[in-house]
Amino acid sequence: MNDNNSKSGKGRETAVSRRGFLKAGAAVAGIAGLPAAFPGIARAQGAKMKIGLMLPYTGTFAPLGVAIENGFRLALQESGGKFGGREVEFLKVDDESEPSKATDNINRLVTRDKVDLVLGTVHSGVAAGMIRVTKESGVLHIIPNAGFGPAAGALCAPNIFRTSFSNWQSGYAMGVVLSKRPAVKNVVTIAWRYAAGEEFVKGFKDGYLKGGGKVAKELWLPFPNVEFQAQLTEIASIKPDAVFAFFAGGGAAKFLKDYAQAGLSKTIPLTGSGFLTEGVLDAVGGAAEGVETTLHYGDGLETPKNKAFRLAYAKTFKLQPDVYAVAGYDSGLMLESGMKVVKGDFTRKADLIKAMEAAKIDSPRGPMRLSKAHNPIHDHYLRKVVGNENRVSGIAIKALDDDPAMMSACKM
Amino acid sequence: MELATFLIQLLNGVQYGLLLFLVSSGLTLVFGIMGIINIAHGSFYMIGAYLAWSLTGAIGNFWLAIPAGIVITVLIGMLLEWLVIRWLYNRDHLYQVLLTYGLILVFEELRSVLWGDDVRGVNIPQILAASIPLTENQSYPVYRLAISAVCLVVAVLMYWVIQRTRLGMMIRAGASNREMVQSLGINIHIVYRVVFAAGLTLAALAGMIAAPVSAVFPGMGNHVLIICFVVVVIGGMGSVKGALIASLLIGLVDTFGKVVTLEIGGVKLLPELSSMTVYVLMAAILLWRPEGLFGKRL
Repeated sequence: MNDNNSKSGKGRETAVSRRGFLKAGAAVAGIAGLPAAFPGIARAQGAKMKIGLMLPYTGTFAPLGVAIENGFRLALQESGGKFGGREVEFLKVDDESEPSKATDNINRLVTRDKVDLVLGTVHSGVAAGMIRVTKESGVLHIIPNAGFGPAAGALCAPNIFRTSFSNWQSGYAMGVVLSKRPAVKNVVTIAWRYAAGEEFVKGFKDGYLKGGGKVAKELWLPFPNVEFQAQLTEIASIKPDAVFAFFAGGGAAKFLKDYAQAGLSKTIPLTGSGFLTEGVLDAVGGAAEGVETTLHYGDGLETPKNKAFRLAYAKTFKLQPDVYAVAGYDSGLMLESGMKVVKGDFTRKADLIKAMEAAKIDSPRGPMRLSKAHNPIHDHYLRKVVGNENRVSGIAIKALDDDPAMMSACKM
Repeated sequence: MELATFLIQLLNGVQYGLLLFLVSSGLTLVFGIMGIINIAHGSFYMIGAYLAWSLTGAIGNFWLAIPAGIVITVLIGMLLEWLVIRWLYNRDHLYQVLLTYGLILVFEELRSVLWGDDVRGVNIPQILAASIPLTENQSYPVYRLAISAVCLVVAVLMYWVIQRTRLGMMIRAGASNREMVQSLGINIHIVYRVVFAAGLTLAALAGMIAAPVSAVFPGMGNHVLIICFVVVVIGGMGSVKGALIASLLIGLVDTFGKVVTLEIGGVKLLPELSSMTVYVLMAAILLWRPEGLFGKRL
């Protein structure tokens, strides 16, 4: 990792040349063609493993992309700057969280740069585009965020791994928590009507309805509408025992504020998927106090592993890590444990995949392993907003696997 | 629906409609008087919100941040008119759309450089932080009522300026015959610059006063832009009165569309298809009056 600077410099250079791709097209293609002309040299003993980072470096999700890369680099640093003793080389592409550019972007890494592994990405629509290419070409692919169900369902493949979560999981965990509270008999759900929103609400209902409770009403808004007043009045008139919500980012911040200002937080407890309160607590200034959510990570997780991770991350990047950085870090841990088994020989792909499948990851979030469909099996925590922290108040559900409907759709 | 709930929903609808009017009136003004289609209008809603956030932080007072923000947006508006918009008066609308679309990208990038990509929040000023209890479990924030009051004041002010002042006379004359106004010795360029800056400032003002109840986040302008165009199309291109009526109509239709249950022949139309209600309304009005409610006859 001592040559980290030159590497990230190179990465930046690559990204810039991609921006001017059309102009520099011929030149770049010429350079990229060289290793292909001498495959013997490129694959000689000690050749670096090429890792493509396809993450958002501009736009709303840019901070998430940076956190994931930082986490990944931290894992690399902790294994001595090499994975399984093999040096690595990074190639970066800014995916801009733009699904329409996903195929072109992933093809640059897979077809032109011939990377050995891709890490990406945050946006589910972009990740779906990436999978179409990586599934076909067989290149190793680790998804460090995008939680859409089919990635570990109908679209699954042996070479595709997810280290983050599935949308269904965090909804399900909250459902289980509420199903065990006798006072909560009647719940209203509210979410954006798009693929992710529907997965979160389905997860919640799968967990909650088993306990005999009832969903009084499902409220939906078109994505990304943020005008909540009509629905809040509706909630006030239904008077449920609790509300389950999924929104994220700016929409979540506005919802939390509107809910508190309508006076509802005093009488109807608000709960949600963990993403409702991630990264917005400073912006809402106390409006989210007491909101309970479930996620596979949280603040104040007092395990030795998490403490060490947070300290190392803060020291290296002068930033506090978040749930996105954890997924990046775990992607690195998973790759390292696979590469150790094949002794750095990433051309033994079948063995590498088997080793990564079997990896038991000692993650900052707690113990984590992969399901048959390559989705994480991990504990989900119940968190409560205290000040500007999502403080862990207990375990919602231990070793939670993915939606059975998704898993049975995965054929591999 | 109980009467109390119905009345609160009515209030929600009117309140949303008035805020829509504040954002969209600037768009209709710029189009009606200058003939410029400004796709970047929504960006100024976002810029206003970010200005409210950063200036409140810097000055420490929301009430001073608003006039400061208005001065800044007026200056940006005038500069923008002088730099780019004035070359487009005699061009086709397509050029205007292309250029102002480019401006959206420029402003998004500038916002990212200047203020970052995080979600921000502005606190409601202390004096308006109270809520009025309406039912046993719901209360209405005073600040939301204050927003409605500001929107009404702006509507009256706009009417007064356009109909009753000398500047308004020049604006109306310039809209109907540019050459004639110029030959009477009035500097139409200055009038246009003022109108363009005023249009953008209205959008920014909406963003500023909405910032405390909303959150401040990237891309927030793109969402209001679409609904603004719907308002302008329904109300009639260039009609401020039409924009007011259309805004209130959309506010009510959108609010009730989200909560009223409507089933025809076993098929749930509302609220399942609530995202369409506003557009169905637009289509129906355009079939009846293609020029919009108060537009000039086509």
